[in-house]
Amino acid sequence: MKKDDIRLMPISNGTVLDHLPVGAALKIVEILKLDKAKDAVTVAINTESARRGRKDLVFIEGKALTKKEIDRIGLIADHGTMNIIKNKEVKRKEKISLPKQATGLIKCINPKCITNIEKLATKFSLTEKPLKAKCHYCEKTISEEEIFKAIK
Amino acid sequence: MSFSLTDIVSISDFSREDIEAVLEKAAEMEKTPLAKKNKILENKTVAVLFFEPSTRTRLSFETSVQNLGGNVIGFADAGVSSTKKGESLSHTIRVVSGYADMIVMRHSIEGAARRAAEVSKKPIINGGDGANQHPTQTLLDLYTIQKQFKKIEGINIGLLGDLKYGRTVHSLMYALANFDKVKVYCIAPDSLKMPKSIIGDTSGKLQVKETSKLQEFLPKLDVLYATRIQKERFVDEFEYEQIKNVFILGKEILKNAKEGFKLMHPLPIVNEIKTELDNTDAALYFEQAKNGIPVREALLSILRDVKK
Repeated sequence: MKKDDIRLMPISNGTVLDHLPVGAALKIVEILKLDKAKDAVTVAINTESARRGRKDLVFIEGKALTKKEIDRIGLIADHGTMNIIKNKEVKRKEKISLPKQATGLIKCINPKCITNIEKLATKFSLTEKPLKAKCHYCEKTISEEEIFKAIK
Repeated sequence: MSFSLTDIVSISDFSREDIEAVLEKAAEMEKTPLAKKNKILENKTVAVLFFEPSTRTRLSFETSVQNLGGNVIGFADAGVSSTKKGESLSHTIRVVSGYADMIVMRHSIEGAARRAAEVSKKPIINGGDGANQHPTQTLLDLYTIQKQFKKIEGINIGLLGDLKYGRTVHSLMYALANFDKVKVYCIAPDSLKMPKSIIGDTSGKLQVKETSKLQEFLPKLDVLYATRIQKERFVDEFEYEQIKNVFILGKEILKNAKEGFKLMHPLPIVNEIKTELDNTDAALYFEQAKNGIPVREALLSILRDVKK
């Protein structure tokens, strides 16, 4: 993360999600319910990026993400970066990547799918370019746009 | 012969080796006299659970179990099972897997067979799960082609009718993609064309051509696999009226067809193939339905020894 990116509001301790595709930041706020966070959350939308042209960022004060949260972000923030900040220093940097499988992360859009009838965790296999998810049970393939709407 | 699966849930689980193992076993079953093969499922019980009605699939499974000397338990209508009382599919399957050595099932819920295979300690055979999969139909279709033409590789096959919603033609596309040099001619009205996603998934393996005119490709075909166009698929009744006759096959198709041309159909036929074709050399659909027996016998026989 370049210094320029931290101009908005560098956090002291927590997580910075960087190099997010434009449009991902608000979706991440929604799915991680960051609007209800105890500490400050700062979002930057459509900022300049040498790597992506344009990008979004999310700064989350006082929070480390769980494995499940990282997987959910991976669905919409593939190729992004997660920075763990301690005392205003980047302690660790991790690439966010698309999980091969998504368990319990996406609701199947097929109303006749067994996962919408019995209490059962959904399972999807994921492929990229373009992002697609295939239901392990009913085998319905859903598009990127549908996945964004169906993330639990 | 190598077979890697413990359950028959979806044709997409099958490798070419798995398909060939089933076809080989089916050919063996067809040659084996009843007196010999009725020991295969001796002292074995097969549960045939049909949560939604079916005629051919259920009867051919039950006949196959009996031919192999097994006992059949089950129901042909969910109304007589505890499903009616509100029992979940997972519970029903767990209970029945304690009674039977194998379970054949049909259910209207999509993904029901995959779920059943997860909770059952005994092999599951999917006899159809809603609009999703019906793998034993696809295997008997492949067996019919193999038996008739002595090969699947290099076959020229036309798929006709409702290619947008038709479960059998979708599964057949994926299954044929395991074989080399297969040419598929997708013949459908514009509103019922083969989904692009399926053509995309099988491209590079199958050579696919699309048209709405049967006559254009008819002379090239070894086999034409016809399916029914359902009136309820059309928003515009006028459009249905316009195209319905184009997709009703009669004796006139034989004029342009090449020698040895065969006509297949998953049945039931409503009006899409005229009865005048039933007794011609081209009609392969009754033979196709009959092939359900050796193919289902083969699957039951292969799965008998599976340990999950």
